[in-house]
Amino acid sequence: MANTLLMALIVVLGVPAVMVGYVGLVEWLLGFLPERHRPGVRPWLWIGPAVLFLVVFLVYPALNTAGISLFNADSTRFVGLANYAYAFTTQDMLIAFKNNILWLVLFTLLTVTFGLIIAVLFDRVHYEAAAKALIFLPMAISFVAAGVIWKLMYDFKPAGLPQTGTVNAILTTAIPSFQPQAWLFNPSTNNPGLIAVGVWMWTGFCMVILSAGLKGIPTEILEAARVDGANEWQVFWRIILPMLSSTITVVATTMIINSLKAFDIIYVMTNGNYGTEVIANRMYKEMFNFHQFGRASAIAVILLLAIIPIMLKNIQDFRRQEALR
Amino acid sequence: MTTAAIAQPREREASLSARLARALSQGPLHVVVLLICAVWLLPSVGLLVSSFRPARLVASTGWWTAFTPPFNFTLGMYREALSTSGMAQSFVNSLFISIPSTVIPIMIAAFAAYAFAWMKFPGRDLLFVIVVGLLVVPLQMTLIPVLRLFNALGLTGTFLGIWLAHTGYGLPFAVYLLRNFFGALPKDLFESVYLDGASPSTAFFWLVLPLSVPALASLIIFQFMWVWNDLLVALIYLGGTPKVAPMTVTISNLVNSLGGNWQVLTAAAFISMLLPMLVFFSMQQYFVRGILAGSVKG
Repeated sequence: MANTLLMALIVVLGVPAVMVGYVGLVEWLLGFLPERHRPGVRPWLWIGPAVLFLVVFLVYPALNTAGISLFNADSTRFVGLANYAYAFTTQDMLIAFKNNILWLVLFTLLTVTFGLIIAVLFDRVHYEAAAKALIFLPMAISFVAAGVIWKLMYDFKPAGLPQTGTVNAILTTAIPSFQPQAWLFNPSTNNPGLIAVGVWMWTGFCMVILSAGLKGIPTEILEAARVDGANEWQVFWRIILPMLSSTITVVATTMIINSLKAFDIIYVMTNGNYGTEVIANRMYKEMFNFHQFGRASAIAVILLLAIIPIMLKNIQDFRRQEALR
Repeated sequence: MTTAAIAQPREREASLSARLARALSQGPLHVVVLLICAVWLLPSVGLLVSSFRPARLVASTGWWTAFTPPFNFTLGMYREALSTSGMAQSFVNSLFISIPSTVIPIMIAAFAAYAFAWMKFPGRDLLFVIVVGLLVVPLQMTLIPVLRLFNALGLTGTFLGIWLAHTGYGLPFAVYLLRNFFGALPKDLFESVYLDGASPSTAFFWLVLPLSVPALASLIIFQFMWVWNDLLVALIYLGGTPKVAPMTVTISNLVNSLGGNWQVLTAAAFISMLLPMLVFFSMQQYFVRGILAGSVKG
């Protein structure tokens, strides 16, 4: 109890005090420097902590991981590209690659499409804000809690017993000939089933951004088209969609990164069993369950390589934008 | 004045009937919108209802049967969740992890963003481009070296270790967002403050931070939710020690260990959702603004 209280004090008072104290310390130290040197030194002290953290937690580990990937399980013997050969040939990794591609296509397509449809439809009702909050709500839920929520949705009881899973109950009631399915175990339904959970959680994110883009389209353009006799269908395909294309690209890029990094949903719901393995979960297993640090690192590097084209595109976009400032 | 007062009710009447006519013509639209909302809400409602039912019934009958007699509702699972399996301790741990893991990165990012936006130094633009590149580096790339470092320093399984890790991982986005926001503040403001003899730290605490409340608020909500809901980072650096485990780790361990008996977790899952949902509903505007600032650049 005393420990908890002490911890609470550190958390609420100590940590912010250290943060503010750092700036005080920096300015006090600068006071010892001659006036003309201060503007040259000051920026480094202000960005210093951030650079330190970025180097220790991102830059150095990323380089180190690339190195570890060329060594054996406990990093004592150089093995060249053997870990990569393993990663590209072992059965579980091939399944993981296939599933990540399925995630990339289905997850990105569904979140962006639903996000767009919902943004356009909800824009036309006066309770838009409340309706959007409902779609957005799953963003606030952890993947772990979402896992419990969807276990309840996908629960399976053999035919004849009362179904406790929402999906099976609805389908068996609506279609009398429908046989209840073990959604998460059946290899033909479990991957789409897991992707559906991801779609449920991330559609709100796409909707919010696309909806903001939609509101940025001048109403005069839409009205002019309608006055000229365009129907809503034509307005959507010929005006809204082309004008939203850059926003759609941004959203789709974010979703592609999410699909490549997919981990939590799979870890909580199936742990990659029954043919649902993905790259990130496989990396975790190699690291924690099998202590194969070399193989785990090679898998992480492969994941990074898949993301690098997106990173370069982001940097390019950023440069172009800065040039316009 | 009087004519306006008389005219008003009639106007309202007209607009009411017009609105009614429009509502009727838009019938299918409303049906579709409400249907989408219902589909999206259904999973969460299922969890909420289940968490108030006896565990035995959750395992044998669907949650919707709770709405038919004999209306079996109970707080039993909440009592069990809070008293056993360290769930109350995990809730406190989640707070101890999330608060500093939100405060530290945002303060450090604010210092750096201020320098990036308003100080001149060699290599500034190149450094910032590197930050933009780091935005998408997958966590997986960093786990093994950082874990080894933590093991060597004795930081594994400590709150301090996980605060530092979350700070590192949260920084690129925070620096990126804040630098763009700070950079958009008017230049004259700084010039006049400096002319009055204020130091950069005075300008930072009394000018930049107060003017950036919207950006800071959205960042705080983002980082808090990300840390509160995080599983991977906690799983790796805290190593599953119950004394320091946050709710996500405790619940996911129970999902695995309880197997067919996971129904007990519905209450625990709902408790873990309470705080983020509260934050989300009370600060929704900031949250949305943060997403927009972070994704739609410019």
